[in-house]
Amino acid sequence: MAEMARELGKSVLKGENITKVFGYGKTRTEAVKKVNFDFHEGEVISIVGESGSGKTTIARMILGLITITEGTLLFNGQPRDISSGKKRKEYWKNIQAVFQDPFSSFNMFNKIDDLLLDCINMTGGKHKSDKEKFDMMTEACSFVNLKYAELTNKYPFELSGGQMQRLMIARIFLLKPKILIADEPTSMVDACSRATILDMLMKLRDEIGMTIIFITHDIGLAYYVSDSVYIMEHGAFVEAGPAEDVIIHPKADYTKRLISDVPKIYGEWDLSTVG
Amino acid sequence: MLRQIKEAFRNPKFLVGFILFVLLLLMAIFYPMISMYEPLTYYATSFEKPGTYVNILDIANSEGVKLNVDTAAGRLDSVLTDDQKETMKDWLVRFGGVEESAIDLEDSESFLKLWQDNYDSKNPQKGLRTADKKAVARLDKQLTTALNSDSIDIAGKNEEGELEVVKSIPGDHFINAGSVGNSYTFPLGTDNFGADVLTKLTSSIRVSLRIGLVAGLIGTAIGLTIGLLAGFLGGWVDNFLTFVTNIFTVIPSFVILVLISNAVSASARGATMVSVIIGLTSWPWTARSVRSQVLSLRGRDHVNLSKLSGHSMPRIILQDILPYVASYVVMAMILQISSGILAEAQLSMLGLGPNTSTTTTLGIMMNWAQQYSAMQSNSWWAFVPVVISITLITFSLNLMNTGLDQVFNPQLRD
Ligand SMILES: Nc1ncnc2c1ncn2[C@@H]1O[C@H](COP(=O)(O)OP(=O)(O)OP(=O)(O)O)[C@@H](O)[C@H]1O
Ligand SMILES: [Mg+2]
Repeated sequence: MAEMARELGKSVLKGENITKVFGYGKTRTEAVKKVNFDFHEGEVISIVGESGSGKTTIARMILGLITITEGTLLFNGQPRDISSGKKRKEYWKNIQAVFQDPFSSFNMFNKIDDLLLDCINMTGGKHKSDKEKFDMMTEACSFVNLKYAELTNKYPFELSGGQMQRLMIARIFLLKPKILIADEPTSMVDACSRATILDMLMKLRDEIGMTIIFITHDIGLAYYVSDSVYIMEHGAFVEAGPAEDVIIHPKADYTKRLISDVPKIYGEWDLSTVG
Repeated sequence: MLRQIKEAFRNPKFLVGFILFVLLLLMAIFYPMISMYEPLTYYATSFEKPGTYVNILDIANSEGVKLNVDTAAGRLDSVLTDDQKETMKDWLVRFGGVEESAIDLEDSESFLKLWQDNYDSKNPQKGLRTADKKAVARLDKQLTTALNSDSIDIAGKNEEGELEVVKSIPGDHFINAGSVGNSYTFPLGTDNFGADVLTKLTSSIRVSLRIGLVAGLIGTAIGLTIGLLAGFLGGWVDNFLTFVTNIFTVIPSFVILVLISNAVSASARGATMVSVIIGLTSWPWTARSVRSQVLSLRGRDHVNLSKLSGHSMPRIILQDILPYVASYVVMAMILQISSGILAEAQLSMLGLGPNTSTTTTLGIMMNWAQQYSAMQSNSWWAFVPVVISITLITFSLNLMNTGLDQVFNPQLRD
């Protein structure tokens, strides 16, 4: 998998000295400090770090949800321009996200159908017939092992956390973006749903060939799913590179510590099997 | 939302408050319609007691029915005031040799008997001034006349201008009050101008509720808009709007209210104008709390997701922010309606309320009652119903608010 990704080569997102500062004066926090990265087409990238290390902040800057205090972000080799509503909309056709907490990702006042219809409309399906829209929604739901017929006319709070997160993936299935940022999509669901959701993300990647930026605090998970790994500590990348290089031959102390913490959680984790 | 509305009506506090409010509203809307009086027309002299007033000439002209009942006690009550009874009691104890414990002012019949048995105008009455002696004697005479159960002759002038008996009214005859030609009932008496208090009161409730409603709507609309924009847009818009809000918060809104009301001439101050003025000064509180709620909402992932779905800013505010603050806004508005009604009452007490010649409000009624010393003259009907109405309105609104609070924030439920 890793070899394949490096062959793809073409850079889709490139960050140079990206910095984010929140607040000023006494409340000033530098959440992200001069980070550099280069994400390629079709690649699965993991950003690994502890809570509060700035992972979500990077994700939001890349998504264009918050401003970048300093630095340049190149999208497809060009400086990203989201200065107008129209340009933002165009950008978001290319880049989408699945968030950490499914319970706060949904508008509780809107029906599930509204969410899925929005995706169809956004990708130019506004003029499709009701039947076509229905088929698309059914297909998207069955991709994530949900039955549209059981979800129609329901509100998000009538679903479980795992079902909600799967619905978020169904949304990505309909949108088919070039880049997906998955910000700890499995940290709030049970272990069983976690495996299913990861499976579905990988299946989706294979199907539409998108770049996935996978954010996690779990280095074991990062190893299994990704081609490249970025290790983040206190707002900066301390180590980056192909997954096996970083995890089998870690250079930074912080990475070593992260790896040594893993066996305590996963008994079966064994680095000797890696190769 | 529908679910919460249903739940609200299952909440006992909300339900009681709502029913109370609707009853007040219905009374305020319909009573002035069915009442035979106009709220601002003067029908009587000032502060007449609650009751039915029948025309004396009509009674004199009516044919009576003889009833076999004792009329003395009833007459005594209608003729003597409580003060006069006290004077008589005092006399009986000091000069009539009656034990104080033997006198019961409530039992008119036995009291009357005691008086007739023991009063003697020839009694030396040591220690009493001549004027007081004469006053007691007059009282006795008044009693004797009133208690006369013989008939009274009514005289009128004939064609030659001489007096002759036209009619004789027996002392034991009655007529049905409903059959008297001219009879007027003032269930809550009349106010200082002689207007019917009940009609004026219901009409005042209507105007006061309208003032509260308009003021609440305006205040909430402004507060909501400013709070939404400041909280969602952030940056210099937030800084500017927060600055303005802070200015309005620092200066007590009542001071601004008084200043604006003063600037508008009394004749231009209609009920609507006053409610607009109240609404314009009551928004900062709502604006602040809406802003802080929006501030925490705008970073939520469902808002981020909505942005990623390409929704426009107005749409995000209306669909992803507003529903989340709606329950709070409804509650804030209920409180603003109630404080708007109180603000009008306060303004009117200062003489800065709506123009008194064209409209009447609860505050105006309070103001007149105070200016004409209704409290000192024991004319309770001119102000007690007004106070009760204001209390009931604010009580019902606050009850609804508490109920809604329990529905929207279930952890508050006990
Ligand atoms: N809107 C904000 N205003 C001020 N500080 C913020 C804001 N968002 C994040 N921060 C700060 O930036 C730092 C990084 O936060 P971030 O959410 O990116 O961490 P994270 O790595 O995603 O953590 P977690 O694993 O818990 O999600 C934290 O110290 C946080 O307090
Ligand atoms: Mg995070």
